[in-house]
Amino acid sequence: MAIDKNARYLESHEYAKPEGGNFVIGISDHAQAELGDVVFVELPAVGKTIAKGATFGTIESVKAASDLYMPVSGTVVEVNEAVKNDPALVNKDCFGAGWLIKVAPSNPAEFDSLLDASAYGKAIGEE
Amino acid sequence: MAPFAGYDMPITYPTGAIEEHLVTRRSVGLFDIDHMGQLEISGAGADAFVSRMVTAKVSDLVPPMARYSLLLDEKGGVIDDLFVYRLPQSWWIVVNASNRAKDFEWFKAHAPEDVAVVDRSDDTYMIAVQGPRAIELIDKVANMAVSSIQRFNWGNISIDGVPVLFGRTGYTGEDGGELFFPAAEAQHVWELLLAKGEALSIETRPIGLAARDSLRFEAGMPLHGHEISTEINPIEAGFKWACDFEKEFIGKEALLAIIDKGVSRKLVGIEVFGGVPREGYEVTSPDGKAIGHCVAGMFCPTVKKYAANAFVLPDYAKVGTEASVVIRGQPRKAVVVKRPLYLPAYRR
Repeated sequence: MAIDKNARYLESHEYAKPEGGNFVIGISDHAQAELGDVVFVELPAVGKTIAKGATFGTIESVKAASDLYMPVSGTVVEVNEAVKNDPALVNKDCFGAGWLIKVAPSNPAEFDSLLDASAYGKAIGEE
Repeated sequence: MAPFAGYDMPITYPTGAIEEHLVTRRSVGLFDIDHMGQLEISGAGADAFVSRMVTAKVSDLVPPMARYSLLLDEKGGVIDDLFVYRLPQSWWIVVNASNRAKDFEWFKAHAPEDVAVVDRSDDTYMIAVQGPRAIELIDKVANMAVSSIQRFNWGNISIDGVPVLFGRTGYTGEDGGELFFPAAEAQHVWELLLAKGEALSIETRPIGLAARDSLRFEAGMPLHGHEISTEINPIEAGFKWACDFEKEFIGKEALLAIIDKGVSRKLVGIEVFGGVPREGYEVTSPDGKAIGHCVAGMFCPTVKKYAANAFVLPDYAKVGTEASVVIRGQPRKAVVVKRPLYLPAYRR
């Protein structure tokens, strides 16, 4: 199971990865494997401001539907249109082409309180 | 793996549900469907008995014919849907796994003295080989060309010495067949088909239950417990065509009364925009009035739509009618569409 070391994680498997002052947000490899084939993703509009812990969208697979939770608070600056058209990208490359949204953080320090790769690995029973 | 009808079965293989669906539509999918049941009915009174028990016309069936039919109770509720094979000396009835015991007891309870009903399921293995190259593959492993067996007919063939009853039918909307053979030969036949596909570069993959569901759903085929059940009659579900009103069959009176009175709901196909519709989700009119519920729903990998089968009030059943499906608390735009979403091979 891949755990991107540059990212930090929520226990609910969303990740935040710093990128030039913003954060790229997506779901982890563990999450996409658990979900199975992703068939639908609903993402917020650019410009929306969402607090850490609040939902920012929905992800649906063949077998399940889940809310997506913000790992950090921020304003959406970019949404991955490619994923909306090809949800399978989340399964194929969750840390790369399968990213979901990019946000300008309102409180960047929130990143530090997320689980780092090692702690997330332990949380999902790996190391 | 997950429990299904008393068996531990793969929901998907490592290939994954979407790809398993797609490979079946472009090449060959192998389905281990041994959980299904096979009943054999014979005896002097068998022909009249089978005709009385199932809804479809069977008096015209001679070997090598087979036909889809329903099994109804006296109220017109659907006990099961099944396939009836007219064998030379008996009737071979293929039933759903979940209803095998019920069907067996129902047939036995109604059988007269001169009819024997035997459950052959435990001794019989069943696999399906489906896809545009399925017939090509089976032709290469069988002792005869199954391509010469007409759609909905059966033939006795041999695969590497194993006697196989081959029925040119299936549950996917693709060409191919269902194979019945001695249970002891299960691994032999299964592995032979996979190996032959590999050797001939005919892409052949094992297919799990999730893809089995999306394949049958696209092709407009019912799944008992969803589009049909003991609480659902064939008229409201759109299966009047599977009933022969020129003969007697259990449930006929009830159906005639329903036809006379009119149905209170109709099974329709619904396309949804903005989420995945699923079993149990409510259907509403555009202004929020409850008009029905979904009995099945999913993303359809071939037609690339999010769709559901739903029972709705008859006033909302016309193709093109606008509606909403409530997905996780949110009404999502939907429209009644024509079924099937994907035209089965036998109709092309």
